[in-house]
Amino acid sequence: MIASRAKVGIVAGALIVFGIAVAAYKVVGLDLPLWPGESREVWTIETKVSFKPASGPVEVDLALPSGLGGWVTLEEHFASSGFGFSVFEEADGRVARWSRQLLEHPTTLYFKQQVYRARRAELPDMPVETPDPPLLEADQQAAMERFVADLRDRSSSPATFTALMIQELRRAEPSQDAEFLLGTYSDAPLRVMLDVLAYVDIPAYPVRGIALQDGRRRQTLSTLLQVYDGSDWEVFDPDSGQAGLPDDFFVWRQGNGAALRVLGGRDSRLEFALVRNSLSAKTVVSMEERSDEFALLDFSIYALPVEQQGIFKGILLLPVAAFVVVMMRVLVGIKTSGTFMPVLIALAFLQTTLWVGLAIFLVLVSVGLWIRSWLSHLNLLLVARVSAVVIVVVLLMAALSLISYKLGVDQALTVTFFPTIILSWTIERMSILWEEEGGREVMMQGGGSLLVAVLAYLTMSVPVVEHLTFNFPELLISLLGVILLIGKYTGYRLSELYRFRDMAKMQ
Amino acid sequence: MIRLVKPSVLRERGILGMNKRNLTFIGANNPRRNYQIVDNKLLTKKAALERNIVVPELYGVIEHQFQINRMLDMLEGRDAFVIKPVQGSGGKGILVITSREGEHFVKSSGGVLDGRDLRRHTSNILAGLHSLGGRNDAAMIEALIDFNPLLAEYSYEGVPDIRVIVFRGVPVMAMMRCATHASDGKANLHQGAVGVGLDIGEGFSVAAVQRGSLVTHHPDTGACFKSLRLPDWDDILDLAASCAEMTGLGYLGADIVLDRQRGPMLLELNARPGLAIQVANQEGLIHRLGVAAEIARTAVDHDDRIRQAKLRFHRPQAVLQAS
Repeated sequence: MIASRAKVGIVAGALIVFGIAVAAYKVVGLDLPLWPGESREVWTIETKVSFKPASGPVEVDLALPSGLGGWVTLEEHFASSGFGFSVFEEADGRVARWSRQLLEHPTTLYFKQQVYRARRAELPDMPVETPDPPLLEADQQAAMERFVADLRDRSSSPATFTALMIQELRRAEPSQDAEFLLGTYSDAPLRVMLDVLAYVDIPAYPVRGIALQDGRRRQTLSTLLQVYDGSDWEVFDPDSGQAGLPDDFFVWRQGNGAALRVLGGRDSRLEFALVRNSLSAKTVVSMEERSDEFALLDFSIYALPVEQQGIFKGILLLPVAAFVVVMMRVLVGIKTSGTFMPVLIALAFLQTTLWVGLAIFLVLVSVGLWIRSWLSHLNLLLVARVSAVVIVVVLLMAALSLISYKLGVDQALTVTFFPTIILSWTIERMSILWEEEGGREVMMQGGGSLLVAVLAYLTMSVPVVEHLTFNFPELLISLLGVILLIGKYTGYRLSELYRFRDMAKMQ
Repeated sequence: MIRLVKPSVLRERGILGMNKRNLTFIGANNPRRNYQIVDNKLLTKKAALERNIVVPELYGVIEHQFQINRMLDMLEGRDAFVIKPVQGSGGKGILVITSREGEHFVKSSGGVLDGRDLRRHTSNILAGLHSLGGRNDAAMIEALIDFNPLLAEYSYEGVPDIRVIVFRGVPVMAMMRCATHASDGKANLHQGAVGVGLDIGEGFSVAAVQRGSLVTHHPDTGACFKSLRLPDWDDILDLAASCAEMTGLGYLGADIVLDRQRGPMLLELNARPGLAIQVANQEGLIHRLGVAAEIARTAVDHDDRIRQAKLRFHRPQAVLQAS
């Protein structure tokens, strides 16, 4: 007994020290930031070019971003197995070219880069040239004439003209002329906008780039408008009409040139996977040169493909949630229904946000319990009964999504993040508990589960926690040590201090 | 404001907490392979019969759905019986039939059931409604306990049972659980049954507790607990200690009932007995467990262990009856 205690103590101590030591080395020796505050946002962008081969040789040209708007590239990595590969300069920037004589299968080419915005710079000016007038059919010409005349009446400058034009074309119910124009351009509003601007001799260019969203896997290129207002160039968002370059927009290319050209292939697609990390400014600058020097960095989570990095961000939070469960059950003594059910609920809360998640959970479980109580009259075998509950829960989720969508409450659409099977088992367990022990026990266990879930959620959503688990996964080894120690805790639970409160008075 | 007690006070009183019970007593003394004999009531019964431990008579076992159709034939001529899940826990799914009225069956609470109700209840047991984790289960039908009339006034609508904690073959602490109206005829303390702490030395009551508060009389029958003294006390301790030897479990709870004709009878065993017995006795378990370990080391045999336990755990009655 004593021996096993000592053994656990030694192992746990070693784990804790090891984890902290590695983390300390990374902080002191490699200069990784311990707190998320003192850091830069570094985006890892993984570009995927996928296409199916046609006949003949294949040549893929990808225009590379050239650091517009203050964006700085830290690291570039191209994957080109079996392809000839070169990077060369063209008039408007660098181009990467993959080439191959023969190709039989659909292929995906990868280009990974790490970028951050060093400063907020304006986009460089484009040559001010009077644009060529658009080629229009007679009826288009008439509609354009009326549409432009109306805008001109209501605007004072090229900038206000542009903003107004975007507003008109983006309205839920556009005017007749706007609708006609959009229709003849097969609903490509950006081309309509460029042609309208060309029609009134306002120089304008598209700006292609990526709307940065942490964890996005299949982002595509989006486009902004750069418009000359007589003295300056201004950027407009063609969806909202907002002026100025958004902070979360990584500029890929300026001007009319295409970002991707594929010769000898078809169905080509350009997609991006995005992950945001926080790194200290110093680390950012020296990372590339030192990654060869320090094997530790090479074996960090950052070495993984971006998609997996995004997944790991979530997985690395799980031990923290499990730790909360251990604390609440062993040290506090809260009863939960199902040991780790609260963790799964907490993960769902991460997607739905807390209040929406709580509301959805309560609605699903209470309606589920009500329907389950009816099912219990039917006297079904257990597995059939739980399966019936699964179907009921799925239908409830669908109904909840539909109703909330119709009512315009978009948040409830996140209901899909709740684990269906776990919810069904929860409902089944609670209903048996209700029959055998009464409603009080159901409230105790249900309330306990929710409390633990909320605590786990709150812990997981602390930015420092996410930063530490992702950048210092070795700290999880320390956490393992702490959990081993708790596993040997023989002291009282907080709940027992209440349960045995009257025992203090005895003789 | 929730009133809490300091951990140091509980420690001083020797109160056993859940973590320490699980780790120090259950984990270290109960080998997992021995759990089966406790969790499965049929195995318990079989092992008990081999050792001449008295158990309620087994009328029959129903393992498969098709046997349910013939169960009424099996019960032909039986007026009083109990249907329970073989692997149930905490008294769940137990149906007690006390008499027949023609084609109908009368429950202990007075409710009347017909053959179809009986079959449905048994089918639910087989589907695992009452067993841990919802595993498929079997139902067993056994004789109704004809409990000792001396104890009848201490229980409302249910059989009073006696829980004895046995540590390494030494009886450590005991209590009687008396069903009340509030507990719906069940002997579960957290549902409102009265727990009566019993002196290991002589089997008289030391304290009675309902929902954590001391009581002197049964809330429904009005019987006074102070005058309670269990008959056949030596047999009860002997039976409990034998169960420890039978199962090979170092930390065990034995549930015993007193039958009018056959005396103390083993109802079921529990490898994870609860902590409420400390409240019923108004005493912590830890000191006694320490003494029990010492007795287990020095005692020469079964009878010696019980003799020493009775000596060491006996509480002078005068002090204890003061409350």
